[in-house]
Amino acid sequence: MVIIRIKGTVMIETLQKFSPAIVSHKMDLKLEAKTVNAFFGKTQALQNVSLSIEKNHVVAIIGPSGCGKSTFLRCLNRMHEVAGGTMNGTILLDGKDIHENDPVNLRRRVGMVFQKANPFPTMSIFDNVAAGLRLNGMAHNGHIAEIVERSLQQAALWNEVKDSLSKNGMSISGGQQQRLCIARALAVNPEVLLMDEPASALDPIPTAKIEELIYELKKDYTIIIVTHNMQQAARVSDETAFFYLGEIIEFDNTKKIFTAPSIKQTEDYVTGRFG
Amino acid sequence: MFFAIIVFGLVFLMAYEMIRGSELSLQKFGWKFLSGTVWDPVADVYGALPYIYGTLTSSFLAMVLAFPLSIGIAIFLSELAPPWIERPVSFMVELLAAIPSIVYGLWGIFVLVPWLRTSVEPFLIKHLGSLPFFKGAPYGFGMLAAGIILAIMILPIISSISRDVLRAIPNSQREAALAIGATRWESTKIILAGGKSGLLGAALLGLGRAVGETMAVTMVIGNRAEISASLLDPGHSMASVIANEFAEATTALYSSSLIEIALILFAVTIILNVIARLIVWSITKKFKTT
Repeated sequence: MVIIRIKGTVMIETLQKFSPAIVSHKMDLKLEAKTVNAFFGKTQALQNVSLSIEKNHVVAIIGPSGCGKSTFLRCLNRMHEVAGGTMNGTILLDGKDIHENDPVNLRRRVGMVFQKANPFPTMSIFDNVAAGLRLNGMAHNGHIAEIVERSLQQAALWNEVKDSLSKNGMSISGGQQQRLCIARALAVNPEVLLMDEPASALDPIPTAKIEELIYELKKDYTIIIVTHNMQQAARVSDETAFFYLGEIIEFDNTKKIFTAPSIKQTEDYVTGRFG
Repeated sequence: MFFAIIVFGLVFLMAYEMIRGSELSLQKFGWKFLSGTVWDPVADVYGALPYIYGTLTSSFLAMVLAFPLSIGIAIFLSELAPPWIERPVSFMVELLAAIPSIVYGLWGIFVLVPWLRTSVEPFLIKHLGSLPFFKGAPYGFGMLAAGIILAIMILPIISSISRDVLRAIPNSQREAALAIGATRWESTKIILAGGKSGLLGAALLGLGRAVGETMAVTMVIGNRAEISASLLDPGHSMASVIANEFAEATTALYSSSLIEIALILFAVTIILNVIARLIVWSITKKFKTT
């Protein structure tokens, strides 16, 4: 898999030398959703959602409660079907349909951080981060300690917990728990990180920390963040998608969405007139 | 409040009465009562070891048989089964708990024991007879029959409590496991690890039930006060000896010894239950605060 990807990049680079304009835009797409419809039983939660997400970009998804933004996020790593939902349409990760492959492999490439921090309560801080590495097919003989340290550093938590790695994962503060969950997601080395209102249960200071973190993580990962908080969306994201009643109303550069949206509904929402 | 105090009062009164009733035998035999192997009403000598051994062995055997099965049922009910299977199966499992123990005993005598005598035990003797556990003649009645009956009787309690323990673990835990690339089975393992103290509590509650069970055990255990390593041999249990011999306890020391057995049984079940409740309680508390 890795070899193929490296070959792929080499090929792209060679191609770009000849015709940069044609190739680069198409190849930098990390995720592509095409006419996605999602259902819970007979209730339709998403209608014809199409969205293209570029590599190493942060995309914010905003919209009022019940607009399908979380559902969309959960379609991207096939968590939607775990909760008993169904979907149709295509979602491409690096140009390949995510439904063609095993969801277990997909979720290792597309990590997720949840609204409420959910560390494993019987595991230590170290074991929480290492949990994904210890699963079958993830043998990292002897390197676990290194990966745990690296992941905690990436999650900006290492300095706070390095002396208490054996302490229970629930013993730290809520903001630290959420960063622990981010470290846990990063440890399996994903390419995309989905964040479902990761700071909604946190106070301003831990929230700011998470936002800084997102900015840092952008260098290595493609991030899609669902948020209720429009300032947050404006601060952290490159592009913003506005969802309403299961449909995507507008998707554009974040600056444009917040300063000069082209659709009236978007303007009403970002200026706080409804939602 | 008043009624709550009555409950406390009852427990203490029972303990007090049993200690008072067993005074005679406590004085006469002391700690030797626990290690004595002779139970001879004619000579007025009493030792409880065969009964203690029988209770512990049959209960332990029941645990070994019932625990894995119960955990399997609990995992199936809480993690895998769709609601339309889960509900009737849960109902049936709980129904098993409602069957009176005499019915189990009768079923044991007429179905289980003959089956053990004619098929299972000859098979065990033939193939595993070299082991000390499976030596002797296939009576049918004996420790094995008691263990199996007890296993069936404690299955509902262990599986329904385990199921509740697993259900108390929030869905966010399952999603957390799946989101880092766990398979369904790996996610279940993480969930089980999270609930292991609760599952232990469920096992202890089942064990407490097995230790105290009287009627069905008396009917199939064989009622012979002997200590034998073989599971095929008849044995006895604390609850059975009390039930069998109370009416014949003619001397004061005899009845006092039986009361002391009751006291031991009382203490063991209370301790098991308290530990089990504490464990189950602590796990539900842990997840509520998160």
